[in-house]
Amino acid sequence: MKYDVAVIGAGVVGSLITRELSKYNIRVALLERCNDCAMGATKANSAIVHAGFDAVPGTLKAKLNVRGVELMKKTCKELSVPLKNNEALVVAFSEEEMPHLEMLKDRGEQNGVPGLRIVRREELVELEPNIGDSAVGALVAPTSSIVCPYELTIAGVENAVTNGAEFLRNCEVTAIDYIDDAFKLTTSLGEITAEYVINAAGVHSGEIASLIGDNSIEIVVRHGDYYLLDKSQGSLVSRTIFQCPTKMGKGVLVSPTVDGNLIVGPSAEDIDNGDDVATTSVGLEKIYVNAIKSVPAVSLRNAITSFSGNRAHPTSDDFIIGSSDVNKKFINAAGIESPGLSSAPAIAEMIDGIINELSGGFEKKADFNPVRPEPVRFRHLSTEERAGLIEKNKAYGRIVCRCETITEGEILDAIHAPAGARDVDGVKRRTRAGMGRCQGGFCGSKVVEILARELNVPMNEITKFGGQSKIMYHKTK
Amino acid sequence: MLNYDLVVVGGGPAGMAAALKAKEEGVEKIVILERAETLGGILEQCIHTGFGLHYFGEELSGPEYAGRFIELVEKTDIDVFTDTMVLNISDDNVVTAVNNNEGLMQFKAIAVVLAMGCRERPRGALSIAGSRPAGIMTAGTAQKYVNIDGYMPGKKVVILGSGDIGLIMARRMTLEGAEVKVVCELMPYSGGLTRNIVQCLDDFGIPLRLSCTVVATHGKERLEGVTIAQVDDKLQAIPGTEEYIECDTLLLSVGLIPENELSKDVGVELDRVTSGPVVDEYRETLHPGIFACGNVLQVHDLVDYVTEESQIAGKGAADYIFGKKKGGTFINTKGINGVRYIVPQRVNIEGEENLKLYFRVGQVYKGAKVVVECDGKILSSKKKVKLAPGEMENVVITTEMLKDMNKDSEIVVRVEE
Repeated sequence: MKYDVAVIGAGVVGSLITRELSKYNIRVALLERCNDCAMGATKANSAIVHAGFDAVPGTLKAKLNVRGVELMKKTCKELSVPLKNNEALVVAFSEEEMPHLEMLKDRGEQNGVPGLRIVRREELVELEPNIGDSAVGALVAPTSSIVCPYELTIAGVENAVTNGAEFLRNCEVTAIDYIDDAFKLTTSLGEITAEYVINAAGVHSGEIASLIGDNSIEIVVRHGDYYLLDKSQGSLVSRTIFQCPTKMGKGVLVSPTVDGNLIVGPSAEDIDNGDDVATTSVGLEKIYVNAIKSVPAVSLRNAITSFSGNRAHPTSDDFIIGSSDVNKKFINAAGIESPGLSSAPAIAEMIDGIINELSGGFEKKADFNPVRPEPVRFRHLSTEERAGLIEKNKAYGRIVCRCETITEGEILDAIHAPAGARDVDGVKRRTRAGMGRCQGGFCGSKVVEILARELNVPMNEITKFGGQSKIMYHKTK
Repeated sequence: MLNYDLVVVGGGPAGMAAALKAKEEGVEKIVILERAETLGGILEQCIHTGFGLHYFGEELSGPEYAGRFIELVEKTDIDVFTDTMVLNISDDNVVTAVNNNEGLMQFKAIAVVLAMGCRERPRGALSIAGSRPAGIMTAGTAQKYVNIDGYMPGKKVVILGSGDIGLIMARRMTLEGAEVKVVCELMPYSGGLTRNIVQCLDDFGIPLRLSCTVVATHGKERLEGVTIAQVDDKLQAIPGTEEYIECDTLLLSVGLIPENELSKDVGVELDRVTSGPVVDEYRETLHPGIFACGNVLQVHDLVDYVTEESQIAGKGAADYIFGKKKGGTFINTKGINGVRYIVPQRVNIEGEENLKLYFRVGQVYKGAKVVVECDGKILSSKKKVKLAPGEMENVVITTEMLKDMNKDSEIVVRVEE
């Protein structure tokens, strides 16, 4: 398999880079070792488009975060991904913490973040009546937003594939050689040749770079646990509530999600194994204790799930973006921790610039279409719209997931979309079937049935998320 | 808009019994809306026997029990829509539903019976640390895989929670050749029926560990094992008691939650303990014309009682439709001292029939008395060999007892040791 560009890693960064490159008349492949895109840190983070006051001025993090916020609106609009500008608060819980807010405000202003202001408790309580008793004031960041990171990633991959890029799942890169002016990648799908390689491998970006002998990237795996609460709790706060940051990150936040749940987390613990996403009882306990300081009404009785993600923390403390010193046609987009989601569109733009400079400028496709059509979301439609939809296609009249009101039609769309769902979790992330309060207890088996039927395989070959994650074994006696 | 006298939401044992009773009482236009492909509800996957001992005086399987009611429904002119999901009930009792044949439908009803049943508590509600591989599911989901789809969801099984479905699945998985290693129960007693512990665990030599829980799950893609630990009297894991058990499947039977999303949307008031609607003795909710019965009202252990309760709701709905529902003076019932809740929560002191108050206790009692009192006066007191949280109990309130009550009275049920 021969390509002009191979992008390694289908997280949000790899997805948006691939989409960016799909506007040229070149062959682009997106290589992903899992059975789907958005399987690493992308599916398990705080889902915030940060305003940009955290990063140290002058760093790539600062620059790309602020640029990312600008680009995110256009990207989400083109990809039909919901983006909600819900504002953020950084809360001080003592007078001693107030100067820290001033510092963040200054920093944000240097970074070019608009509209930052500091409020005292009186106004804070008006903004968020459920804020904790010990809160004395807060920094208000009006440009902070929430977005669903895997939805953005899936939409990006879909759009890239529609524009001619190839999405190669279950494609793990195990060696890279550089022979005759091209990279030869040894992968689980066979040999892949590419003139350029882009390393967007998240927590594994250090290992991927070392395959070409570039050992300069040091990644620490920073583990974070989260709770997701029922939609009945989604309006406890309307803004994203941060606490004053620490050396380990932005601390525990309480925030509504764009789908109306409440997310609480993360903890932060450095671990060795980038693939270890087991939650820990210590981490879960820690986020709960911290969360109730911000919002005392947070109750774990309403937790519908807990999960964890691993951020790729670079020891250099800044994003590593640019050509490798070993080979300039190997371009790193590595060490992308927070604000990685916020920066992703800007990272894609930056990589686009770098690769075009190296190549002397790729030719643009005449028929590039930046728009990914909006998927049917039955739950958001009016009665009239629903009736019309079912008239056209009866599959929209059968509700499969009762908690989230997801129809069979939406599940079929998710499976048959470009780079569509191949497993139960893939259907879940694309449609929300199984994402509700019963967590797939009822619809799980129906989704397995539909996947088996549409992919034309027996039910016991359907997995939860690829690999050996099979849901059923043999037939009963 | 389709006009009906009675719309029944849910075609399980509760919905069918309510509809049939209403029909018997003379209600003309009745429709049952069922989300599954057939009537019968969860009984369709309960292929074990033990249903109907009280109501039919014989031991039936779940599908057989349901089958008897399905046959009766088919003999009437009750309309049935299967594969049909109710999306919403409006304030004026318009029920909006959808299926892939008729599309969106709206039913204008005089009365509505809520009979949506309940769902199982998922893993997320438990905060078990660890990985989230395939192989962790509720016992009911596993039951569907085995009994309906015909596939085995695992070979080496640990079950957390000794609710009835967990116990039934311990036996079912064993009969299908799986190895059930242990059933762990957080509480110092089982939440299931005694007969199920004997017939599903003891008879197969499956150990039941009380005061024990799963503290971690292991395995990346498919479950590889769980760590279990003993818990103290505050239900916290005791350090040092952890034990690793190799398994590929963890089944959860850790409680059932009445599915009241529709009820909440229309503003039906719920009981904090049962998570079901607050009802009077006719099973009418505080929203006029909306009745509730079966597991959506309170989680039952015996379907026979579901039938009994649903017939009350069906009769109540019929009376409401005919404008015969008894008004009167309603007083509250209250469970204290070990009695966790009472259904119905409201009783008409001008009622003309004896009625039963159903309740569950919060722990196991041996040789304790169940005392019913009102305004400081003991109405009844009955000694019970055993009271357990897994078994629903009832006491009878006679019209005689109601005579002395007034609008400020409160009927209290308590356990006395």
